[in-house]
Amino acid sequence: MRHLLAIDQLTREEIEAILDRAESFAEVGRRDIKKVPTLRGRTIVSLFYESSTRTSSSFELAAKRLSADLVSVKSAGSSVDKGESLKDTVATLSAYDPAAIVIRHPHAGAAQLVAQWSEAAVVNAGDGKHEHPSQALLDVYTLRRRLDSLEGKRIWIVGDVLHSRVARSNLTAFRKMGAEVTVCGPPTLIPRGIEALGCDVAHSLDRLEEADVVYALRMQNERMAESFVPSIREYASHFQIDSRRLGPRQLLMHPGPVNRGVELSGEVIDSPQSLMTEQVASGLVVRMAILYELLATTGNRSEPASGSPQPVADEPTPIGQGQPA
Amino acid sequence: MSLAESLDMRAGEGADVVLREATLLDPVAGIVGAHDIVVRDGRIAELAAAGSAEVEGAEVVEAAGLHAFPAFFDPHVHLRTPGHEHKEDIETGTRAAAAGGYCGVIAMANTEPPVSTAADVEALREAAREGASVPTGFLATVSKGMAGEELTEMAELREAGALGFSDDGLPIRSAGLLRRALQYQRLCGGTIALHEEDPALSGAGVMHEGEVSAALGLAGVPSVSESTMIARDAALAAYEDARIHVQHLSAAESVDAVRAARAAGVKISCEATPHHLCATDEEVRSLDAMRFKMNPPLRSESDRQALIEGLRDGSIDCIATDHAPHAREEKEVPFEGAAMGVTGLETAFAAIHTDLVVPGIIDLGLLVERLAGGAAPFGLERPSLAVGCEANVALCDLSTEWTVGEDGYESRSVNCWCAGRALTGRVVMTLAAGQVAFRLRSFSLGVAT
Repeated sequence: MRHLLAIDQLTREEIEAILDRAESFAEVGRRDIKKVPTLRGRTIVSLFYESSTRTSSSFELAAKRLSADLVSVKSAGSSVDKGESLKDTVATLSAYDPAAIVIRHPHAGAAQLVAQWSEAAVVNAGDGKHEHPSQALLDVYTLRRRLDSLEGKRIWIVGDVLHSRVARSNLTAFRKMGAEVTVCGPPTLIPRGIEALGCDVAHSLDRLEEADVVYALRMQNERMAESFVPSIREYASHFQIDSRRLGPRQLLMHPGPVNRGVELSGEVIDSPQSLMTEQVASGLVVRMAILYELLATTGNRSEPASGSPQPVADEPTPIGQGQPA
Repeated sequence: MSLAESLDMRAGEGADVVLREATLLDPVAGIVGAHDIVVRDGRIAELAAAGSAEVEGAEVVEAAGLHAFPAFFDPHVHLRTPGHEHKEDIETGTRAAAAGGYCGVIAMANTEPPVSTAADVEALREAAREGASVPTGFLATVSKGMAGEELTEMAELREAGALGFSDDGLPIRSAGLLRRALQYQRLCGGTIALHEEDPALSGAGVMHEGEVSAALGLAGVPSVSESTMIARDAALAAYEDARIHVQHLSAAESVDAVRAARAAGVKISCEATPHHLCATDEEVRSLDAMRFKMNPPLRSESDRQALIEGLRDGSIDCIATDHAPHAREEKEVPFEGAAMGVTGLETAFAAIHTDLVVPGIIDLGLLVERLAGGAAPFGLERPSLAVGCEANVALCDLSTEWTVGEDGYESRSVNCWCAGRALTGRVVMTLAAGQVAFRLRSFSLGVAT
């Protein structure tokens, strides 16, 4: 794996390799010292053109846990703010010879362009409404831990599918892992032609009980102004996942941040069926695994700079329990 | 009136040239077969039996194995002057046209500022007389500054030499304003060319709405955004007995709308682009905005088939490139942020020849006829190989293979929709309004192409 640009480009085996790697990092995470020297001396650039809490913080923490040097650039207050083009920004940051660039951008294809312009391994942390592959991987990881396998499981993705990169990446990832996917939402928020991705479409929650997993999407207030829904109240009355609709054996997921009382009622967020905190925890180990797979496994390792003080470890070895820190 | 008389180009000597043993094909004039084309002082003086022409005092071009067609006419190009000369100007744009076998182009008015006054038209015509390699005509905007609110001084613009009117780049939102323009056409003449799109349906769309947009998460432009506006405007044209030309048809529903209007007697003509005839929204999966982002967008395979059928049955009068150059930095950005438009003048013939003629989907004669079909909708004389006509000839090698962009472009911009593709067939020489407007370098050096 040279880059992580889209779930679409991964095989099931590649997905499983990342998830297995994440399991080993989860084990490391239970130790007192959670840092491994794997990426010591290597630079990771985090380039966020959109606001993000979960994704940027977990990628940054993942880089630090792997001992990489991290450069974090947010569009606000940077040269991006001054009108610098993506291409020029990437050229500038490439002067630091980064091993990886993690990028989020409001437009589709941004990560792919960066991959063309830079020698670094590129991780797509969300490009427009196109893909958010690390989210899909962490969600599959979370579900696999709970269910062992997604094979034959029925997953409903509910809400604003039209504007959701999470919906697209997850739909593809869930399908690749053997699950059956239904997307559900008002017709205005389900893209025409989505069936071609191999999912069913529903416009009501009447059959929700058939789902093993309910994956709710964030409903943004501005959709009302654009007439996608007449009112948030009406949306909630038809599509909110609440304790009445969520059955006791169903699992509930959400990529966050949640609009309490809109797509989810307060009580289901805090219910034992909710995997939302586990999703966040998974985010860290899965993103460590992504960086590891891109930068530290055979075939992807770039030549270490001459005089590199520390060879790259082949397995995640906790500091103090193997190679000298 | 010949193209040279109707349009503006750089003054030059009428060519004296013999295209010896060329294979002629002019389906409209009914000229077929091997001849020597004798051009004297820029006019077709004689079509002699192959190898028999008197060549004294003329340049001889050995054209055995090459095809001579009436040169092409493009009713829809963006030359970007004034205001966007970093993308293209009259000189580079018409050089690109000549390299594509064109003997005339019509430039759109969505410049900066838009072409909305007689002085704007006069300045452009003057610039064309200075620098255009092929006869160039100019449209003026329908609405002042393309704001869609008030009519331009259409009569004065016509007197200044505007060939017709278009707000191309934008639709005319107000049916009321378009109706006034169509009424005013009775006074001043001039075809009104329409970019058909309902902005309320297009929204923030950046590609065709369908399976591919659903997969990519890109906002889609539904086909009905185009066809509903065509239906509206055809109804207005019928009511006012006016003459309209529909630009860049992209969708199956649009072909149906034009057909229905024509059957009802509306004075309507229309065009389709090489990229809509050859490519589909599947290309957008690459997220390559440089080549595949334009408006109207590349549509589905069934739309493409409908356009081909429209070309065959005459519903679509002509092929127009909508040559829309943009600078690299305007295109080398993530998809939604990139400028709309692709270039096509230098590749129109070769691309359609490769994709539709070589596989036997359409006849060579149909392609040649439709590539020159853009003159008539604007009241201009169709290029012809008939004796006595101004020499407008595209000399083509149908068997040569070449890679688009390998040797650069005549255009100032590189956003060609078929960049990097291997094409079969190439224009090797163009005579435009009696002048030699283009010679492929390898050809003019006598190297086998």
